[in-house]
Amino acid sequence: MAPVFAFAAAGAVTILAAGLIVVALVYYLISVIVQLRKITAGLAETITSVSEIVQKSAPVNDVVTTINQQLDAGVDLLEGLLVKKAGMTDAVGLVDGMYAGAAAAGFRNFPESPSTKAPRIGEVYTRGTLTLARLGREAPIAAGNPAGPALRDVERGSLAARLLYPEIRQTMPKSLARSPVIGTDAPVQYEQRDDIGAPRKRLPGRV
Amino acid sequence: MILWWIGDLVLLAVVLPVVVYLLRGVLDAAKSIVPSVQEIAGAAAAGSKDLDAAALLLTTQDQVTQTVAGVANYGGSLDVILDDA
Repeated sequence: MAPVFAFAAAGAVTILAAGLIVVALVYYLISVIVQLRKITAGLAETITSVSEIVQKSAPVNDVVTTINQQLDAGVDLLEGLLVKKAGMTDAVGLVDGMYAGAAAAGFRNFPESPSTKAPRIGEVYTRGTLTLARLGREAPIAAGNPAGPALRDVERGSLAARLLYPEIRQTMPKSLARSPVIGTDAPVQYEQRDDIGAPRKRLPGRV
Repeated sequence: MILWWIGDLVLLAVVLPVVVYLLRGVLDAAKSIVPSVQEIAGAAAAGSKDLDAAALLLTTQDQVTQTVAGVANYGGSLDVILDDA
């Protein structure tokens, strides 16, 4: 009887152990399946959103490329016009005057521009002179010297601007006309007019 | 008989803990993936929403084209009016 009981007990323990293993397998595998279903759902949402991103961003490359081409053309146009009209030195000076330090970068289409020394444009020209000089030699400011150099002469810009005004001191004459002497000791005396300071004979506005 | 009991002992003391340990590791790994996937899904949804304005780039493109055309016309006029350096 004892051996039979012993066999039965050993078999029961084996069955119990196998049952515990199966229960553990079922519990954990079901839990893993639930988690994997959550992951699948999350990845499905991700794939949907990523597909939308791909769809929405598809034309961005072409559009941005076109915009950059247009802006490049605009920059090339403005740089070329500036250099053509103002000359390389003044163009670099103007750009550096507006954006300090920009002269070091230079212009994109002019390799020599970074090595051009930028004049201090605010000291070479006054604003009015600069504006009128840009109008060309036919402008009133340049009428006195139609065949002379343009006013954009960087080295002699100040003298060129001064020559536009009446000739008084530009050629540095030895002596200028003396200032008139006024007062009681003045060599020229004028009679005092009686009507100055007197009441008006007729008020303005009356007919 | 003794071998049977030893087998039962090994089954309960070694095999069952090892199986539980391994399955628990797989479950923990699966659980740790879920928040990451949900964050990725949220980020992708937000990114998709941010790109809703990408369609306005077509308007920007048109405006840039018109602006550059205006600048070109203005530059052409200046080229005629002003003397060269």
